Formats: sequence, structure tokens, C-alpha cells
Amino acid sequence: MKNVWVIAKKELRAYFTSPIAYVVITVFLVLVGFFFYNIMLWFNAQAMQMAQNQYYYQQININQMVYQPLFNNISIILLLMLPLLTMRLFSEEKKIGTEELLYTSPISVNQIILGKFLASLAVLLAMLGLTACLSIFTFIYGNPEVASILIGYLGLFLLGAAFIAIGIFFSSLTENQIVSAILTFGALLLFWVLNWASSSAAGLWKGVLNYVSFLQHFDNMTQGILDTTDVVYYLSFAFFGLFLTHSVILSRRWR
Amino acid sequence: MIAVEHLTKKYGDLVAVSDLSFKVEKGKIWGLLGPNAAGKTTTMRILTGFLPATEGKASVGNFDVFEQPNEAKKILGYLPEVLPLYPDMTVTEYLNFVADIKKIPALKRKESVAKAVKVAGLEQVKGRLIKNISRGFKQRVGIAQALVHDPLVLILDEPTIGLDPAQIIEIRSLIKSLKGEHTIILSTHILAEVTQTCDGVVIINEGRLMASGSLEELTASFHRKEGAVVKVRRDIQDAAAEIRKLDGVEKVNPEDGDLKVEWKPGLDLRDDIARLIVEKRFGLLEMRPLAMNIEDLYLKIVSGGAE
Repeated sequence: MKNVWVIAKKELRAYFTSPIAYVVITVFLVLVGFFFYNIMLWFNAQAMQMAQNQYYYQQININQMVYQPLFNNISIILLLMLPLLTMRLFSEEKKIGTEELLYTSPISVNQIILGKFLASLAVLLAMLGLTACLSIFTFIYGNPEVASILIGYLGLFLLGAAFIAIGIFFSSLTENQIVSAILTFGALLLFWVLNWASSSAAGLWKGVLNYVSFLQHFDNMTQGILDTTDVVYYLSFAFFGLFLTHSVILSRRWR
Repeated sequence: MIAVEHLTKKYGDLVAVSDLSFKVEKGKIWGLLGPNAAGKTTTMRILTGFLPATEGKASVGNFDVFEQPNEAKKILGYLPEVLPLYPDMTVTEYLNFVADIKKIPALKRKESVAKAVKVAGLEQVKGRLIKNISRGFKQRVGIAQALVHDPLVLILDEPTIGLDPAQIIEIRSLIKSLKGEHTIILSTHILAEVTQTCDGVVIINEGRLMASGSLEELTASFHRKEGAVVKVRRDIQDAAAEIRKLDGVEKVNPEDGDLKVEWKPGLDLRDDIARLIVEKRFGLLEMRPLAMNIEDLYLKIVSGGAE
């Protein structure tokens, strides 16, 4: 565990002594803030209209009308930003030759992978944590349900973890960071929209495509529904990404 | 301390190292000599556990690098050909990180890093970012990195490549100063490096072992002919003709102003040749034994002349 921490610490330092983490976090927050602002404007106007009518007044739900679209927007921004966070993790080591140092040290490949994964998760956590400031406004002017917000955030975190694991896998494939980012982005987008194909698929395939797609599982969580199926889905996705990375690194060396 | 037995490494159909065996004793410096693409780096990568071998065994200390990789890696310091440096770290940060991944206990870390900084002569740059220091200092950081956990075995891949002549001399004397405490293998394609720093040499070409042994042993084993190299002031062709007439002389070759004289084994014709040259007034400038030096040896081996 100490070895994992040593690697994680090194990666965190690399993120925060270079502009990478600051730029990613800042751009992320600016975009999230912009979306939040627009959603709130829309929500205000909507709430004003709905308040005219006793029946609709009962329907106003800040979780459903603010947080759900916000979480959806954040997930798309993560899809765009996280590949930029993970692209350097293995590609750079390969490019500048430091992989020879890592792999000739008495630490295992698993520990290296896990350390890098944890470092990216920490940055993701910082990104999501900072967006929590936005909730100050909703709690001052309304009374949203805390549990479903937390479940939404858990969904974002798990989704991000799966994105990061896929990013790490593609980073281990190439020494070119741009190639790594593009491959990650392509794969994530594909998994995002995979369930679109399910409408024309039939039988078993319909179920498989729906299950494999990111979107289906994420929808549940943004609505505040915590289902173990979804949690297991994301965790197994992350595990699968890291497992593939491990295989790639070992196979490179055995070739 | 270091033993390689029947090592073979194939990349697909390409055979990089073929049936290589050698041993290095404790406290010695050995050179792994060969032209580019001879398999030096591959051999070193196998020894350090970076690459697995296709066949054969390699061990460092008493640890087989395939069976007990972690134990072997703990007593091994490695300077790869491409320096494994993180440009955005300072020298001290970098050495601390290396100390951590080499599993130096936290309490001993400061001391180990300070020692490596001192041995490699990095005091004046230890607070600077690695990307901002000169190539010579980067090379020293590379060596410090290999030394930080005080390994029994050091494996240095082309430690002086890309340095200026003054830096090369510095690094060579640094490496020499590490001898004794550490067992060292260094690879090079430069002969002078081996003759100046090493106790023994393994010469490989196209992945095959061409020769190995201590420098004296090797030179002696290739020195089969007996004779002398003679330098005269004038009339070199006439001198050659006269020397040829002496009893026991087998061959006289004028070469670049020198006369290479070979005689039957067991004789020593140096007195006779000297007397002849003085009597005939060719002007004797120099006479030295016809020893095959390591350069001839290397060229002979690499060009395929060795049997």
C-alpha cells in the first residue's frame, strides 16, 4: 500500500506542479458554473409560471429540475475533460524513458497502475467537490433533498472512475499523449451512446447494449435512485480498464 | 556476483541475444563491449528485470532475476541508456522519489539521498529542476539515481554517451571510485572506456559472445605471433629486405612507416635486428614488441576474424 501511495504522490505532484490540474479544474468549473447559471435562470422562470397554478405548484421539484440536468451536463464535461487528465499517465513514462526506472524497481505493475488511478481519482474528487459550492445557492433559496444529491454525486464519481480507468488503458497503449486522449474520448463517447443502437436491436442484444452503455446506469443515479446494479456496473468497468492496462504492460514486456 | 547463463532473447524472428554466458566477480568493473545493435542494451534490460529472456538464466547476487525479481531489483542499480528523469522535478525531489520506490525506509531516506548527491557531485544543482540542468549533470543524476539505495550491483548502459571529453573523464573516474563496494557492468562501444575503467570485458557482436575475460587474459590469448614493430629513419624498403635475410624471420611487413617483423616462436631476434639496423645505418627510431592491443583485438573480433 505504501508503494501505491508513493506513485500516487508522484502523480499528484506532477498534476499540481504543472498547469495540467489547474487548467482542467478551472475550465471544468467555469463550464459547470455556466450551465448551473443557465439552469437556474430557466428554473426561476419555470417556477414563476408554475406558481400561478395550484396543481403545478405541487410539482416544482428542485432536484428534478436543477440537479438532474446539471448532473447530466457535468457528465458530458467529464467525458471531455478526463481523457486530458489520463492521457499522460503511461504515455509520458514511455516517451521520456522513465518506465525503465519504474519497472526495474521493486514495486509491482499493479501498484504502479493503482497509484496512478488513485491520483486521477483525487483530482476528480477535487473537481466534483468544488462544484458542491454551487449548492449553497440552492440550499439558501430552496430545500433540495440531500440524499438524492449525494447519490447523483456518487454517480458522477463512479462514472468518472470508469472514464479514468479507460483513459489509463489507452495511455498504456501508446507513447503519444494526443493519440491516447483521442482514443479514450472516442471509446467513451461510443459507450455513452451505445444504447442508441438498442432501439433497432432485438432480443439478447438489446439488453446487452443497454446494459453496457454508460447512459442507462447514469440516468438512475441522477434521479437519486441507488441501485447496486449500477454501482457494480461502474466498478466492474473501472476494474476491467485497469485489468486491461495490466495485461498490456505485461504483454509489452514479454513480447 | 552477476551471472548470465545461455541467455537468448528473440523479438519475433529477430535474435537480439543468442546463447550468451558470462560471469562477473564481486567488486569488479566489467565492460560489455560491442558495436551498436550488438545486444548490449537487451542484455542489460534482461539483467535488470525490465525484459524477460526467451531462454536461459540470469542472476544478480544470489537471486535469479526471473524467479525472484523483487529481491534482485532491491540490490540492483540501473542507469538506462535513455536517462529515466522527470524533467519537472528538482534533483532532490527526484532522488527522494527513487529512494521511495526502491523501498528505502523513510528514516534512512534523507541520509541515502544526501550520500548519493555527494558521491555524484550534485550539491550545486540539487535544488534545481532537472529540465534546467546541463547534460553532464543529468548524467550524474542518472548515476545518483542508480546509487541511491546503495545497491551491490550497478548496471550502467552507456554511461558516458553524449558527454564532452572533460565530462567523460569525470564520469569515468566517478565510476572507478565506485569499484570495490559495488560490482559494476557498463556497456559501451568505445574501446578506450574499457581499457581505462574496466577489469574485464565481454565482447559481443550480433548477440553472440565473441570473447570474455580479464584484459590481460584476452590480450594474451590473441597474441600468438612473436615479433616486433620497428621504426627506422630512412630506406624503409631496403631495411625490410635486409631484415628478411636474417635467420628465423618469417615475415616483414612495412606498414605506415613501421616495419612489422614476425619471427619463429621461441626466438628473440630483437638484438640481431637492432644490430643490423645500426650497422647498415638505417637509423633506429623505435622498437617495441608486437603485442596485439585491445583495439586490434576488438576490430578483429567484430569483423569476424576471431575463431
